[in-house]
Amino acid sequence: MSNKATAQPLSIKFLTSSFLVFWLVLAAFPFMWTLWGSFKVEGDFFSKADWANALFGGMTQAETGGSFTNDGYYGAWVQEEFWRSALNSLIVCFCVVTISLTCGTLGGYALSRSTHRYAFWFLLFALIFRATPPITLVSGYLLPFFEWNLWGHLSTTIIVLVAINQPFTLWMLHAFFKNIPKDLDESAMVDGCNRFQAFRHVIIPVMWPGVITTGLFSFLLAYNDFAVTTMLLSKENQTMVPKLASFLGTTQTKGNVMFAVAAVVSITAPLFVMVMVFQRQIVSGLTAGAVKG
Amino acid sequence: MKHSTFFWFVLPSAILMLAFIALPIVSIVTQSLYTSHEQVLVTVENCGPFGCTEVTSVDQDATQALKAAEPLGKWAGLDVYKDRNHLAVAEVASAWVNADGLPDFGRTLMNLPFYAALAFTLTYTFIVTPLTIVLGFFIAVAVNAVAKALKGPTIFLTLLPFIVTPLVGSLIIFWMVDARGILGTGLQWLADDPTLSVKASTPLMWIMLMFYGIWHSAPFAFVVFYAGLQTVNTDSLEAAMIDGANRWERIRYVVIPHLFPLVTFVALIQLMDNFRVFEPIVSFSAYAHANSLSIAIFNDLGGETRLLSSAAATSVLTIIGVAILLSPVLVRTYRDFSNPR
Repeated sequence: MSNKATAQPLSIKFLTSSFLVFWLVLAAFPFMWTLWGSFKVEGDFFSKADWANALFGGMTQAETGGSFTNDGYYGAWVQEEFWRSALNSLIVCFCVVTISLTCGTLGGYALSRSTHRYAFWFLLFALIFRATPPITLVSGYLLPFFEWNLWGHLSTTIIVLVAINQPFTLWMLHAFFKNIPKDLDESAMVDGCNRFQAFRHVIIPVMWPGVITTGLFSFLLAYNDFAVTTMLLSKENQTMVPKLASFLGTTQTKGNVMFAVAAVVSITAPLFVMVMVFQRQIVSGLTAGAVKG
Repeated sequence: MKHSTFFWFVLPSAILMLAFIALPIVSIVTQSLYTSHEQVLVTVENCGPFGCTEVTSVDQDATQALKAAEPLGKWAGLDVYKDRNHLAVAEVASAWVNADGLPDFGRTLMNLPFYAALAFTLTYTFIVTPLTIVLGFFIAVAVNAVAKALKGPTIFLTLLPFIVTPLVGSLIIFWMVDARGILGTGLQWLADDPTLSVKASTPLMWIMLMFYGIWHSAPFAFVVFYAGLQTVNTDSLEAAMIDGANRWERIRYVVIPHLFPLVTFVALIQLMDNFRVFEPIVSFSAYAHANSLSIAIFNDLGGETRLLSSAAATSVLTIIGVAILLSPVLVRTYRDFSNPR
């Protein structure tokens, strides 16, 4: 890449690298800071008296005898039963990803292969639905869900999240299937397969990269959602994010902010691992819609 | 593809979207035209040794029966839209007549909940979106110049603010700018004002919310522009250089035009997402200083008395707002489809 058109003089190199370092600190430091602080007591996490306490844990040493403490995690996971929410999150994410991918691959495949005008309208409506804020839909769900006793269950929330996810999944898989040559399934059909058999035997084996990418984003949507889960789940069925929000209401008064801090770290950790493992897929997924149009 | 095959393939998706997106939209439109029942009052005459008194009380059974019979409430037409919590027609009209110039009229408007929420939502959307694009572009240019071995870790760190749950990310920032947190204390030291608190000041709160918004979505813009930069034609760059273009001119006339379609894409996604700004206000507990349309709906739905009609009316107004924001894009998509290039 060292040709003349892209070469940079030293001054510009210095400028871009210092800007980049500044941005990286801005992006990563808050997470490191919170991770470090989550093993301290509240007096150190919010250290008004001496900021060095936050680093070396002066109050933590005074209160617990060590520089690090697991009290926040113990309080959140055991005392406040955060493990239950973690389990609920796991169930919700797994079901949402599986169901939305099943429906999405079928729909996205059909949309990419149909040349009729209604396929376009279908996608246009999906785009409009994608733009609708979920919280506005929630106000439409509440009354019927109360009337029919559907409110509060994990299964209801899963279906709702799948539906909210569908427009995005369809767009993404549609763009992805467009890149799989038509000749592939058409030749299978010439050989006597019907459409579904062609899909089953020819398309499914080659579709996994796109499906994995789309699945990651479905997972993120389900995992990160707050508007739907907080309004539609009863207290004992709460997933991690609404549970964290409920900590803010109850524990801040009890002086147990550290429960919330521990919960924040617990929610973030799996996402860190996910980005580390799937970085390439995430990057390609974010750009799929843009670069291919 | 045959009509019937297409039908069967898209059926599951179509049913899901119809039942859980299209029908709820119909449902909120209907709900917004009704208002909750008034409680049924009964007047009972209590007669004792010292004469009779009339006591008015709520007839719980009758109220429950009425609610069960008509769960939607009673027909209100457009009244919910016109009341003080939404479009506040009467208040706006009187403010318009009585106002002492436009600034005064603006102040009166900002005291009405719907207009205050709309003002914050629009300000947030139209400040955060362009700044996100600019910051994302600069990060992309900077990362593109980094040595190959460092690219992976750089991209990993850059993605973090975007991937992490919005509620969690904003909480982390909020704890740091708390008056007792590291950034909050730093700000106090910088401003030399030990009582400075972001939580107590409306302008600071707005700035923090917007700062969070940019921090959260810049990685998205970055990734898109970064991918775009990989496909810039080096031949055109070299040709421009031979023609005498300096560094800035090469960026201005080769790179930026190449990235321009991506800018519209990022802008579209960002407009949609910023218009629904919700989680940061919850974690900053900024209700006293900033309210968005989503927060207005959330507040109506939460709490002991679920104000379904009020929430529904705000929802309908929000969807109309989204439609207005999206209309240029929709028209363009339609045109592109009608005359494919």
